[in-house]
Amino acid sequence: MGVEGIGARVVRKEDKRFITGKGRYVDDIKLTGMSHAYFVRSPHAHAKVKGIDSSAALKMPGVVAVLTGKQLVDDKVGNLICGWAITSKDGSPMKMGAWPAMAPETVRFVGQAVAVVIAESKNLARDAAEAVVVDYEELPAVADMHAAIKAGAPQLHPEAPGNQVYDWVIGDEGATDAAFAKAANVVKLDVTNNRLAPNAMEPRAAIADYDAAEEHFTLYTTSQNPHVARLVLSAFYNIAPEHKLRVIAPDVGGGFGSKIFIYPEEMVALWASKKVGRPVKWTGDRTEAFLTDAHGRDHVTHAEMAFDANNKITGLKVKTYANFGAYMSLFSSSVPTYLYATLLSGQYNIPAIHAEVIGVYTNTTPVDAYRGAGRPEASYLIERLMETAARQLKVDPAQLRRTNFITQFPHQTPVIMAYDTGDFNASLDAAMKAIDYAGFPARKAKAKADGKLRGLGVSCYIEACGIAPSKAVGSLGAGVGLWESAEVRVNPVGTIEILTGSHSHGQGHETTFCQLVADRLGIPISQVSIVHGDTDKVQFGMGTYGSRSAAVGLTAILKAMEKMESKAKKIAAHALEASEADIVIENGEFKVTGTDKAIALPMVALAAYTAHNLPDGMEPGLKESAFYDPTNFTFPAGAYICELEVDPGTGKTSFVNFVAADDFGRLINPMIVEGQVHGGLVQGIGQALLEHAIYDANGQPVTASFMDYAMPRADDVPSFNLSHTTTLCPGNPLGIKGCGEAGAIGASAAVINAITDAIGKNNLEMPATPDRVWRTIHAA
Amino acid sequence: MYQTTYHRASSVDEAVSLFGKSSEAKFLAGGQTLLPVMKQRLAAPSDVIDLARIKDLIGVEASGDTLTIKAATPHYDVATSDTAKKAIPALAYLASLIGDPAVRYRGTIGGSIANNDPAADYPAALLALGATVKTNKRSIPADDFFKGLFTTALEDGEIITAVSFPVPAKAGYEKMRHPASRFALTGVFVAQTKSGEVRVAATGASQNGVMRVPAIEAALKANWSPSAIDSVSIPASGLLADIHGTAEYRANLVKVMAQRAVAAAG
Repeated sequence: MGVEGIGARVVRKEDKRFITGKGRYVDDIKLTGMSHAYFVRSPHAHAKVKGIDSSAALKMPGVVAVLTGKQLVDDKVGNLICGWAITSKDGSPMKMGAWPAMAPETVRFVGQAVAVVIAESKNLARDAAEAVVVDYEELPAVADMHAAIKAGAPQLHPEAPGNQVYDWVIGDEGATDAAFAKAANVVKLDVTNNRLAPNAMEPRAAIADYDAAEEHFTLYTTSQNPHVARLVLSAFYNIAPEHKLRVIAPDVGGGFGSKIFIYPEEMVALWASKKVGRPVKWTGDRTEAFLTDAHGRDHVTHAEMAFDANNKITGLKVKTYANFGAYMSLFSSSVPTYLYATLLSGQYNIPAIHAEVIGVYTNTTPVDAYRGAGRPEASYLIERLMETAARQLKVDPAQLRRTNFITQFPHQTPVIMAYDTGDFNASLDAAMKAIDYAGFPARKAKAKADGKLRGLGVSCYIEACGIAPSKAVGSLGAGVGLWESAEVRVNPVGTIEILTGSHSHGQGHETTFCQLVADRLGIPISQVSIVHGDTDKVQFGMGTYGSRSAAVGLTAILKAMEKMESKAKKIAAHALEASEADIVIENGEFKVTGTDKAIALPMVALAAYTAHNLPDGMEPGLKESAFYDPTNFTFPAGAYICELEVDPGTGKTSFVNFVAADDFGRLINPMIVEGQVHGGLVQGIGQALLEHAIYDANGQPVTASFMDYAMPRADDVPSFNLSHTTTLCPGNPLGIKGCGEAGAIGASAAVINAITDAIGKNNLEMPATPDRVWRTIHAA
Repeated sequence: MYQTTYHRASSVDEAVSLFGKSSEAKFLAGGQTLLPVMKQRLAAPSDVIDLARIKDLIGVEASGDTLTIKAATPHYDVATSDTAKKAIPALAYLASLIGDPAVRYRGTIGGSIANNDPAADYPAALLALGATVKTNKRSIPADDFFKGLFTTALEDGEIITAVSFPVPAKAGYEKMRHPASRFALTGVFVAQTKSGEVRVAATGASQNGVMRVPAIEAALKANWSPSAIDSVSIPASGLLADIHGTAEYRANLVKVMAQRAVAAAG
């Protein structure tokens, strides 16, 4: 593998610029003649826009223009789309309420834009935005999902009677009912999966630059998938055709899903740039992030699990209400359906599953994919159910899981997914050993003597990553294919550029992707550059989300490398007067195996480009590309165990230990993997203990700043004890499963299972704030 | 509309003079309240007069039975001051719990008590220790200084110069942190003066801001021990309630934090 190859803990190449403040984010970019946008946003959760008076604002210093939703309609700019079609159980398509980028008639959540001011500076635009007079007629609003589906509730969209987006089902209802009819025991649980605000460190931003002479747009934007942004912006919004739109996503400071989607602001920036004839920059602030970045989670679920007399699961019934907020964001529809209910089998043999998911509109910020996207909700539900079942059936929670683990692979679940490989006992063994599971009762007794309630919680998660086989997702309603592409350019001097459709916004691709090249060619990673995030440079790409960049993106690079190596070997063989079959690549040289004859990579590259002496018929150059479409999802899985203490006087939780044993398949850079797991675990713990995006009954956000929305801090979380048990993924040649979301998927259930174990009460909602835990302890 | 003029005063007299010349001036100390409010455009002072660089307003001094903290002393300086730790360790400990490191490096005792946020930490210490607030005009006993939410006895343009604390026989502070803001969800400062008086003050609990807790004072006067508070009942009425804590929870915290503060005080 070499010192910088696959499996090496290589220090991240990108950190030099990030740590020294030399990163180049959208807001760092300044274009000549650039103007600045500030949006006028609705203070109401639901209101008619009766009129907008811009006259005072237009007279303010530095104001270039004030543009409104009505002008967007006049210019035939398209509404925002949802790219995954879901069909209800009655065969009807999901009900889409129209979402204009700025509301011409009706606003449906606090923060929805109604107008934009373009001015010489952001502050001047902001000053003038305060002078735009919007005549609102307030309408009754509804923020609570259950209130929204009641008769007589305020209605958001004429297209969606009863505020219902869809009523979708999966699984075999008859077989599930039959299993429950014969069950020896049934375990029931109601859980809420709390709404989260994503809070990437860098707020969203966009700069649009229209070149009137070329009729060409350039968009710099905070995107996890710039090619998808270009595709959607071109295909649906009537702003620019693809060949006249370049999308650049430079350094991006975190995404967590929230930067996958197309938002109104970048659409308006593009349109406004053409209208005012100048570049337009918009940079959101933290308040706008809370109000307009797509939120995550927000499910309410009732579930029942049937067991036979041997504690084997025989059936699972799930009914979930999913809050979509006021509009259907780009991939929102898929999150509580194909990304959630398809994982309801967890790590277990469950012969029959039936799930129903009802999507609901409310007067709140739109909800879409957030780190894990549906899979945390599924894993949380199943692992809370398993712990509840263990308590009800009076069996050890680890043993109940072992009794039901899937041990034969491949395994077809009743909910679409076919697990390819795994060893769930191995990861549970590793986690139990790491936390000294057997010693827990003694530790609990000692804590009790000290006045503390100690608890231990297990969570055995599985997720579907490596998103995704295009044909499969196409058959389920996806509007795009989910392959990835790559190009390998060997320069005439032998240095290498890798162009990838994946996008790095914290994942460390500039290091890990180079490690593959270093591994194959035996050259240092300093000889390799990664190029990403620019639709003019990279031929195409589907971007980074769903823990797909290594499993899918890196495999595409591997395919392109293989093509390049094949051609290079022919050149080397020709130069060395040897047989191509005898050429091996070692330490940056092409060698004739078993001899001392060799030619260095730069000489092969130079030969390819000088083309003075190439094999007959060979094209000059050394540059290959590949598109890779996975054959299946990948299935990272693992076991997390959390041990903590609850202070009965205050309800405050303190961590004692947190162990994570993950199976991610092959690791490219274990240090980066650990960083990904740490971050994911902190987000999962944040959801379990701290974070909650709350609205009051009228749809006013209560948690729109860090003074109220509790983000996890370093002293809120423990040091983590990580380990890996590995089964290689058979679906891709590198055996990679993906590691980006696991922590956020598995952690929450471990924490809540531990707290409920500590306090001896099973019903506890997230976030388990000290107040909530204290009240649960002292509830009758 | 939101333009402001920044002045860096070099003395209290200069600050007072600048204040008199401005139409809508605000004094700036650590900026932990004023600057966020200005950024949100909820305040738009014509002039901002910075007190934090006035040398006479910075420092921690002990003299006899009195510890004096000058008004523009940042929390970090108090938390790490050997003088403060020796005289009233509970007060240095309180300062170490305020906000986060960034807040403690900037925020000042004068700014904290002048703002009188109902969940700020320092007001509990002033009230429980029977401190005296020194201004450029007069001395104000803590009992007369705090007048309800965000309201104090300060007159327009009056500048706090220092706070002097009588060194107690025993004192302790315990705080349940607000999970988001790190203000006190509820904090309780307990003190026994050298003359045997017991004073207990709670912050973050009452709808009227920092408050004395007579029931706990009486219990501790009779028996200075955590268990003396076991039988005290704190009513939830009149207490704050929000997404991070019900009134009943805060009533419980007043009791539990008082017990732990007594235990810490020894």
